[in-house]
Amino acid sequence: MNWFREWLLGPQGSDHAQSVDNLYVFITLLTIFFFFFNGGLIWYAVRKWRRRSDKEVTPHITHDTRLELIWSIIPLIVVMVIFFWGFTGYVKAWVAPNDALEIVVTGKKWVWQFEYPDGTRTLNDLHVPVNKPVKLVMHSEDVIHSFYVPGFRLKRDVIPGRYTELWFTANKPGIEQVYCTEYCGKGHSDMLARIFVDTPEQYETFLREGDEQVRKMPLAELGKLVYENKGCATCHSLDGSRGQGPSFKGIWGKKEKGADGKEYQVDADYIRQSILMPQAVIVAGYEPIMPTFQGLLREREILGIIEFLKTQQ
Amino acid sequence: MATEAITHTNHGDYLVDPPGLKSWLTTVDHKRIGLMYMWSVVFFMIVGGLFALLLRLELLTPKKTIVSAELYNQLFTLHGAIMTFLVIIPAIPGSLGNFALPLLLGAKDVAFPRLNLASLYIYWTGALMAVATLVIGGADTGWTFYTPYSTTTGGGVTLIVLAAFVLGFSSILTGVNFIATVHKLRAPGMGWFEVPLFCWGMYSTALIQILATPVLAITLLLIVMERVLSVGIFDPALGGDPVLFQHFFWFYSHPAVYIMILPAMAVISEVIPTFSKKTIFGYKAIAFSSVAIALLGFLVWAHHMFVAGMSLFAGAIFSFLTFFIAIPSAIKVFNWIATMWRGSITLGTPMIYAINFLLLFTIGGLTGLFLAALSTDVHLHDTYFVVAHFHYVMAGSNLIALLAGIHYWWPKMFGRFYNEAMGKIAAALVFIGFNATFLPQFLLGSRGMPRRYYNYLEQFQTLHVFSTVGSWVLAIGLFLALANLLASFRNKKEAPANPWGGRTLEWETSSPPTTHNFEGQPVLKHGPYDYRPEPAPVGAPEPTHH
Repeated sequence: MNWFREWLLGPQGSDHAQSVDNLYVFITLLTIFFFFFNGGLIWYAVRKWRRRSDKEVTPHITHDTRLELIWSIIPLIVVMVIFFWGFTGYVKAWVAPNDALEIVVTGKKWVWQFEYPDGTRTLNDLHVPVNKPVKLVMHSEDVIHSFYVPGFRLKRDVIPGRYTELWFTANKPGIEQVYCTEYCGKGHSDMLARIFVDTPEQYETFLREGDEQVRKMPLAELGKLVYENKGCATCHSLDGSRGQGPSFKGIWGKKEKGADGKEYQVDADYIRQSILMPQAVIVAGYEPIMPTFQGLLREREILGIIEFLKTQQ
Repeated sequence: MATEAITHTNHGDYLVDPPGLKSWLTTVDHKRIGLMYMWSVVFFMIVGGLFALLLRLELLTPKKTIVSAELYNQLFTLHGAIMTFLVIIPAIPGSLGNFALPLLLGAKDVAFPRLNLASLYIYWTGALMAVATLVIGGADTGWTFYTPYSTTTGGGVTLIVLAAFVLGFSSILTGVNFIATVHKLRAPGMGWFEVPLFCWGMYSTALIQILATPVLAITLLLIVMERVLSVGIFDPALGGDPVLFQHFFWFYSHPAVYIMILPAMAVISEVIPTFSKKTIFGYKAIAFSSVAIALLGFLVWAHHMFVAGMSLFAGAIFSFLTFFIAIPSAIKVFNWIATMWRGSITLGTPMIYAINFLLLFTIGGLTGLFLAALSTDVHLHDTYFVVAHFHYVMAGSNLIALLAGIHYWWPKMFGRFYNEAMGKIAAALVFIGFNATFLPQFLLGSRGMPRRYYNYLEQFQTLHVFSTVGSWVLAIGLFLALANLLASFRNKKEAPANPWGGRTLEWETSSPPTTHNFEGQPVLKHGPYDYRPEPAPVGAPEPTHH
């Protein structure tokens, strides 16, 4: 049965996932059973009682109270079992244990921002320790988003103006995919994040020094990674096509005309300012909609973006 | 016989008496209004269907295939809005309901014929507004108009919201008409339990239409107020509550699901006994389960919101109540199968569609259990699983039942037969194409693919390709069905009054009927599904059987 469950639902990243999957497989088998049961009855009836002459007379059977009761009560029992099964699973996933590690999640078009208890912040990459309950306290800065982790079989809407919570205990080190599952506009399907389930040592190192692989990367490569993972790509294209913001094609060294009429040379200082204080200079013809990345990018990541932009000719 | 009867009357075939386009546009004849609804629905089904084909084509590959993300978002919004408000909701009540309900009751027309024409014109007005949205910048909210996205995004959202508002009135007028007609215009001798089950289904639908639609209308106006006047109702930035919108919206839109499924069940309840030549099994169980679904449908709306930040207690209550809808649905399916049992079954095209309905509705209904149960819904909510589930219920059941009904009453509508063999081939292609399109989507959803995604991870591509190819088969099947029906206009008007050997009143008048439906007032001689060689007169005590 395990291969069937895996085929239907993919790998399980938490104990909760296992309890959801058991119910899922149960209802799946029920659905398959009743499909073939009903289909079989219809097939049998059509084969056996096909009209053979115009004079055929059928029995006048108007109803059968006993049968009506049978096919009301059996489904009733089945659905009540499913209700309680689903309910208990839901309750368990509702209240986080008191010792849960609390991480603040902010959703905004079209990035996920995570803030750890020590003030460390990351974008679109969430690091959590394995086998330790983690509670996400979530809110949105614009429209409704939804934080969905299929590996944990969990999701919860992320709403402007109120907090929602989601908690889980990841039970194996690795990477879990996160999706936004409440439609939020153009970048909805790119509003992805990853959960890095770390061993306790990896997690400590992460809090101290940031992600290990990222630390060792050459600058331009790091810049490309930042470009792809931190939401830049949603508005700034690499092929010269017009997006919500200016394209990065050939941007290095270019003279941009500002909305204030002045000309600006695109150099390291200009890029740095555009990332940290995006409202300082608005390129003519564009809306001032870029959010600030102050406190969200490490110094080395900004240098990486600068190097990456130099390669975009 | 029939032609002889016509020569004795002042009225001829309703299709040509009175003649001329103007007489059609100003008609108060329920049959003509039904036909105009039918062609309008078919037209918009083609429009919405083309959008669907474009969406599926875009999903053939991750990232861009043919359209941009912005256009994709507009396409799924219009596909959803058109299919819901212009096709599925009016489909069966507007076309088959208007055409057949008075005939089945032995009435000359609906209770308020002018209101009926008004409902058609309101429908056309709303339809024009919805289409005009395309011209003034489109809408990218999804057909659910969730706030605060819908109150803050650009484009023509205000217009499409107003279009849905206007369309609601056409739905309400149809509902009012059907309720009054069933109450007041039944043929002499037709007690409540001699009313054909199609009319019970329409009656239950009408109850929801008049009770729930006003709530949607108010909610949509609130969106317009927030967009145009910046009154803070839903947007937290203006002091509103975005989740409140979801409660309002689903308070209508969940019952609206039953506005879609009850008419489908109504059609099936006619087709199965006629093609089984056997009295319907469990008449009262089917009739009352329609009413039960209509009423229970009002108590389950928040099962769309299990992950929206509702309290644990509210979630539990709504999940519990939702499961009860399964019971009347199961009762109906088993009664239909029992009707076929020991029958004398002919597999005409309408019956093929009815059997397709039974199979697809079984899948659609049972996959609802995954979404009614709390813990599994949390995983599946807003994934392709939901997309697959509601297409099985809305398209797989409503659309298939519409096809069953159109094929069933086509000879009555136009007096002509379509090609049976081609009808069955089309039905088979529709069935295969439908399953090929939507079965893979259950698997996409359970593996975590979210809905309304322009871009997707590569691991999902195989299933998407499968689904897209399925949509082509489905489109070919639907095209063949339509072409086959249209080709029947080349045939002679030779359909007899009662081509299928049905027992309800519409089969007692000519095909097509005269303008006033019947020669004089028909009197009910026997029950609607009495297939005995010598039917018992109405009112006679039923013999007991076991």
